[in-house]
Formats: sequence, structure tokens, C-alpha cells
Amino acid sequence: MAEPRLSLRGVTRAFGALRVSDAVDLDLRQGEIHALIGPNGAGKSTLIAQICGALRPDAGRILLEGRDVTAWDVPRRARAGLGRTFQVSSLASEDTALQNVMLAVAGRGGRLRVWSRALGRGDLTAPAREALAQVGLEGEAHTPVGALSHGAWRRVEIACALAMAPRALVMDEPLAGLGTEGVADLSALLRRVKVRAPILLVEHDMDAVFALADRVSVLVGGRIIATGPGEAIRQNAGVQDAYLGPVS
Amino acid sequence: MAERWINAGLLAGLGLVALWAWAAGAPFTVTLATKVAILALAAAGLNLALGIGGLVSLGHAVFFGIGGYAMGVLASHAQAYDPIFTRPFVFEGTKSMPFIWLAAIAVGALAAWVIGRISLRTSGVYFIMITLAFGQMFYYLAISWPAYGGEDGLSIYVRNGFPGLDTLDPIQFFGICFAILLIVLWCMARIAASPFGLALNAARQAPTRVMASGIDPDRLRLWAFVVSGAVTGLAGALYADLNRFVSPTMFSWQVSGELIVLIILGGVGRLCGPVAGAALFVVLEQWLGGLSEYWQVFLGLLLLAVVLAGRGGIVGLLARVPSRG
Repeated sequence: MAEPRLSLRGVTRAFGALRVSDAVDLDLRQGEIHALIGPNGAGKSTLIAQICGALRPDAGRILLEGRDVTAWDVPRRARAGLGRTFQVSSLASEDTALQNVMLAVAGRGGRLRVWSRALGRGDLTAPAREALAQVGLEGEAHTPVGALSHGAWRRVEIACALAMAPRALVMDEPLAGLGTEGVADLSALLRRVKVRAPILLVEHDMDAVFALADRVSVLVGGRIIATGPGEAIRQNAGVQDAYLGPVS
Repeated sequence: MAERWINAGLLAGLGLVALWAWAAGAPFTVTLATKVAILALAAAGLNLALGIGGLVSLGHAVFFGIGGYAMGVLASHAQAYDPIFTRPFVFEGTKSMPFIWLAAIAVGALAAWVIGRISLRTSGVYFIMITLAFGQMFYYLAISWPAYGGEDGLSIYVRNGFPGLDTLDPIQFFGICFAILLIVLWCMARIAASPFGLALNAARQAPTRVMASGIDPDRLRLWAFVVSGAVTGLAGALYADLNRFVSPTMFSWQVSGELIVLIILGGVGRLCGPVAGAALFVVLEQWLGGLSEYWQVFLGLLLLAVVLAGRGGIVGLLARVPSRG
């Protein structure tokens, strides 16, 4: 089997006596959506922070395409191909959608030019426009992000992540706050995106999770208590006890 | 009205006022226009850090004062024919403006790099306080430095020279300051429109997005702070040359506050906001200052009105577009 794009090996983090990540092992394979679910306080956000580099684990390793990135900071992991979208939108709201995505393209190269017009540079604008087209927002390129709908914000976030030419994506509740139609649209987009870069998906909408995810891991009390295909997880007695409740 | 026309109008207006005053034989008005150009330059430096980068520095007088003292130290040694130091090599002072400018830019940038490395570990109100603390440190350092005049400051008897120009002629000195202002504003416009400017602007609004884009926002801010310090240092050298005098007052926190006031009056993050702010400030200082020594009361009221009514400042009001800040 091909090497996982993203791997966690024994990732552990404690705040005082509380272990919020407890020897977590997890693999994200090419072409999959791997959902990470669990009750509030299970340690999902802390785990995401460690994966993306905002928080250093006390023990364990994080591997991106086999490279140990545990000691790398957030920007370095991003440049190495770890794309990310946020639970609360992180976009520069005064800037246009195109400018937000251009920033991701510029960051990918690592060096920022100070003496050429950003909008005049085809090497920045062309990939940014392409990323916006992939999320269906090519017509909103010059709209300030603050004037876009909630669903469009989510799409710009995904376009930013795609513009980084990611090798793996971490998405923190991308479906939160969307209506039924919005969830369906964005789910279709995520299915297209996973072909390019596998997605580690943290999501509370269980219907969407089981419809979308190729595999599901359940985090409870900082530990992964089960990993497997959606249906197997749904039927898992331990998962039902700890989180999902009895399946009707 | 498009902002580029407002900018062109402001700059043309400043140049024309100086030319008109020169033609009308009013050298004091030319000197006031020169002061506007220099204060606008100092505030343009701060505008990169504050307006685009969101770094509210209450210590930018450090760079203004350092630029002033760079001029004062170099020129005072030159006029006394006394080298600054003789070991390990002889380092003479100079009365040449270009060399003094280079020195002011270099020490301004160096000071900004050191202060930025320390201050940028903090943010928000702590950043404001730590930059204020640096300002006060330099203020008291200048007061306690008798070799360069201490509290009384340092007088330079003859204005420094520029090849081919009579710098004592007010209109020629205005021309030098105005040309530097134009060059710096052009550079600022290029920086603001560049990928670096794009990222710096985003780092003010959404630092987590900037990091997720593979860019370290603290590095952006540090470079912006260094460029900002260099420009404000250059303005300090010109200001000292305008007055032929440098004193610890240039380091005072009131100067830092005034630079912020200029930017807020003119328009935070707007290219020519510092020009509009400096022009209004100098006009009010002269006009209201002649009516009452408590003229800052009226300045305060005006600032209140600008902040409450239109956060885009004068340029924003003219452009009738929402503010950046």
C-alpha cells in the first residue's frame, strides 16, 4: 500500500494532569476523506492544532509524506503541502476573494516580492483564478470577501487551501452553518477535492460525515477508540456507548 | 472621487503653495510647506507599520529622534573639525546631506530592527506600551548625554549641503524635501501593491490565514517596521536640518502621538493620508496657535469628529469610500 500522506504516531499532549491527546495513531491515505469525530471536549481541536503546527506534542511524531514535521512551525508545514481550512473563517475580509487566494499562491513559493504589483503578476493571479474556478467562484474574484455569503466564504477558504497545491488537507467543520443545499453543494466539492489531496475532516454533522467519509476515526477522551469505514463505525458498540448512541 | 486624483491634488497643492509663497516673497510659508513635507514623510513611514501592518507604535519618535541626532552628531563634529572617533580608524563628521541621509536611514533601520525584534513578541496594548517604553528610554538617554547638548539640544549653525543646490534658500530646501517625499510615497505605493504588501495587509486582518498560507506574519511585520523606522529616521534628519537644531524633544512620546494623529486625521493606511494630516496639522498649529496657546483643544475636537464621523480620515471623506481601519 502507498505511504500515507499524513500520519500520526503516538501523538500525546497533556495540559497538567489532563491528557487531551493520548498516544494517537492516525493515517490519512491518498484519495480518501477521513473523518475525525467525537463529543465536545474529546480533543479534536487540540489534535488539529498539533497536526498543523500551532501546538507542539509532548510525545509522538507527525509525518507528512514520510517526513517528520513534528518540530516544524505552521508556515513551514503549510509550504510543505499541509493545507487547512478553519472552523471560524480566517479570511482577510477587506480583501477580495482573488487577493485572499493570491496570498496562498504567494506563500507557496516562500519568498514574497516587494517590488512588483501583485495583481500584475500572472504567476500569482492565474493559479488563484484557477483555484477560485475549482470552487465555482470565478465570478466573485473581485468581490470583497466581507460581502460574500457564508457558503461562499467557505468556498474561498477551500480555494485558498487548494491554491497551496496541498498534499493533504485538514478541514475543521467546513459544513458548519450551511443549509441543506449548502451542505450538498460543499459535499460534492469535497468529493472532487479529495482526488487531488486527501482530507482529514472534523465535522459534527453526522449525516454528512457518514455520507462523505471513506473512513471514520472516533476520538473520545483524547484516545482514538475506533477507526474504520462509516458503516462499521456506526455499528460499533463502543462508539455507540461513548458518542453516537444506539442506531435506530 | 478616485483616490489617485485626491493624492495628485494633495501633492500638487503642497508644491503649488510653496511655489506661490516663494514667488510672493513669503519664505516663512515656504518653511511651513517644508515642515508639512517632512512631517508627512515621517508619518508615511509610520503609516506602513500602522496603517497597513496594524502595528500601533507609540515609540516612532525614537526613529525620528535618531535620524535627527544622526544629522546633529555628524554635522556638529564636521563644523568643529573634530572627528567622531579616531580608533581603530578616523571617522569624521560630514555636512553633506546625502551622507547624512544614508546614516539616518541606516541607524533608523537598525534601531527598528532591534526594537522590532523585541516588541513584536507582544501585540495589542503590550506592543503600544513596549514601544512607548523604548521612546522614553531614548528620550532620557538624549537628556543625559552632555556631549551632544543634553537637555539643551544641539545647534547646527549652517544648514548641511547638497551638491549643486543652495540649501539655505527655503524653496530649494523645500524642493529637496518634497522630492524625497514623492520618491518615498512612490516606493510605499509599490510596496503596498506588491505580494509583500498584500501579505502585510492580510496579516493585520487575518494572521492565522497568513500562517496557513505558509508565511510568517512576524517576519512581515518586522520588515515593515524596519522600513518604517528607516523612513521616519530620514524624516528626522530633514527635520533637524530644517530647524538646524536637534533636541531630546524629538524623542518625546508627544511626537510619537502626533505622528499617529497625523495618520488618523489624513486616513489610516491611505497613501497620502500622512500628507493630508500633516498639512491640516501645520495649518491648525499656525492658525489656531495664533489665537490661543491651547490650540490642541480644537485639534482634539477635530480628531474626535474624524474618528467618529469618518474613520477614513480626510482622504477617506473625500473619496467617500469606507475606511480600511
